Amino acid sequence: MPFGESILVAPPIRQPGVTEPAPVRWLLVSAAGVLLGLFVAVPLAAVFATALKGGLGRYLQAILHPDARSAIGLTLLTAAIVVPVNALFGIAAAWAIANFRFRGKRLLITLIDLPFSVSPVIAGLALVLVFGRQGWMGGWLDARQVRIVFAVPGVVLATAFVTMPYVAREVLAVLEAQGSDEEAAALTLGASAWQILARVTLPKIRWGLLYGIALCNARAMGEFGAVSVVSGHVRGATITLPLHAQILYDQYDAVGAFAVASLLALLALFTLVTKKYVERRSRPI
Amino acid sequence: MTVRRARGILPGFGLSLGTTVLYLTVLVLVPLAGVALRGATAGWNDIWHASTSARAVASFRLSFFASVAAGAGNAVAGLLIAWVLVRYRFAGRSVLDALVDVPFALPTAVAGLALTAVYSADGWLGRWLAPLGIKVAYTPIGVWLAMTFVGLPFVVRTVQPVLAGIDTHLEEAAAVLGAGRMQAFARVIFPTVLPAVLTGFTLAVARALGDYGSIVFISRNLPMRTEIAPLLIVARLEQYDYAGATALALVLLLASFALLLATNVLQRWSVRRLGPSPG
Repeated sequence: MPFGESILVAPPIRQPGVTEPAPVRWLLVSAAGVLLGLFVAVPLAAVFATALKGGLGRYLQAILHPDARSAIGLTLLTAAIVVPVNALFGIAAAWAIANFRFRGKRLLITLIDLPFSVSPVIAGLALVLVFGRQGWMGGWLDARQVRIVFAVPGVVLATAFVTMPYVAREVLAVLEAQGSDEEAAALTLGASAWQILARVTLPKIRWGLLYGIALCNARAMGEFGAVSVVSGHVRGATITLPLHAQILYDQYDAVGAFAVASLLALLALFTLVTKKYVERRSRPI
Repeated sequence: MTVRRARGILPGFGLSLGTTVLYLTVLVLVPLAGVALRGATAGWNDIWHASTSARAVASFRLSFFASVAAGAGNAVAGLLIAWVLVRYRFAGRSVLDALVDVPFALPTAVAGLALTAVYSADGWLGRWLAPLGIKVAYTPIGVWLAMTFVGLPFVVRTVQPVLAGIDTHLEEAAAVLGAGRMQAFARVIFPTVLPAVLTGFTLAVARALGDYGSIVFISRNLPMRTEIAPLLIVARLEQYDYAGATALALVLLLASFALLLATNVLQRWSVRRLGPSPG
């Protein structure tokens, strides 16, 4: 499970013979710190430093520019559609997989994981091949004047594809860890299906659900490859925040690009804070 | 009713499974079937030609070698980081733990921009590497670096729960029997975490192989030199060469499915070796 909770609860081991001498420990810790510092912390800091290189005025100008505002609007719209849909799907999928035995369950789980292993570029290509003008449904859609590829619906579909597994994975992990005894008890006490879901299951999965939604949202707002392929880069119409950052960067406006990117970096930091919060709340007492 | 009892006692089987299958079909199966169909109608000849052109071969070679090298880098670094986080207590431990998740949460395009800024010849770190003759941005090293970045959390997060679950009595026994720490690590700890390291490795390789946003900026997409396979797919699409793009995509999909299969096999091996994983 790539998104398993980190293990920071177990006390470290200090008995002689089962741990290393202090200098070795110190060396290993420093090596890990330097690695994460150079690979992760320094680039993250560079985003904000570059964004603010031209001063706060220049920064605000970049993120309040009409093109930036339109990109923010599309990014928020996309997430507002994709995240609830994928959350509902995730709960339904986790409910079916955790509570029932049926043929093809393993295949179903593999299918849910598929967007994690398929390149986002291929996800975009697939949508172009099906819904694009030259695609399988292109003629049919054209006749009805429906545009999906190089329009907002394509951006939404591409985003939905790449963010599909997050909630399902997180909720399934909680349901499988906790079993369905409480749901069965509610059933014998005469609760209806929706009562069981609302009163037993949702409270049980809430922290997993919250973290899954946070991950799904971060990826939805930040997806680049799949959206880039289906967007068509129509100014003011199909440009999301990451695409806007790329356009500015290609126009040699590094400060503008990093100002836009810093909004997404803040979103990532917010996601990580959510994760820490969820871990603290859901830790067994 | 006997069938239902065999499935499970809770209500909502039809609705939940029906919704799941319908959504997966529309969103995932139909588009991916579109790729396969397009490949089938293009014919083997065209696919073969499109995916064995010199430029395509160069892009596949870079994609495969760089992603395996990134996975290897992640296996070593990930094991080290997981070890330090599980076994030692030190100031800033939870900061290091949070940093591990940054590549998951940070949008790939932002990661790409950030790495390019830091490792270009006038960047914070690039300017120290340039006098040593090491160019990172716009070279295959940059591609490898970006791939290592996006794959970093996988090994750490698969190894961490396994390391935390190791019974220290085994290590105590090894110490009592006269093993040094290196010996205990090599003979007791390493064999236990190896399946998890390999699982994390394949996950990291799969992620690196398909990624686009984190690499597009730092590689600058020089054909035959720093152009990875996903970038060539985009280039073909921009020329409306759908058959060419599909051919490359099929090769890449095949590799992804192989890695997915490998991950499943490794996870089952890991469960067999350790019992149900504690994580």
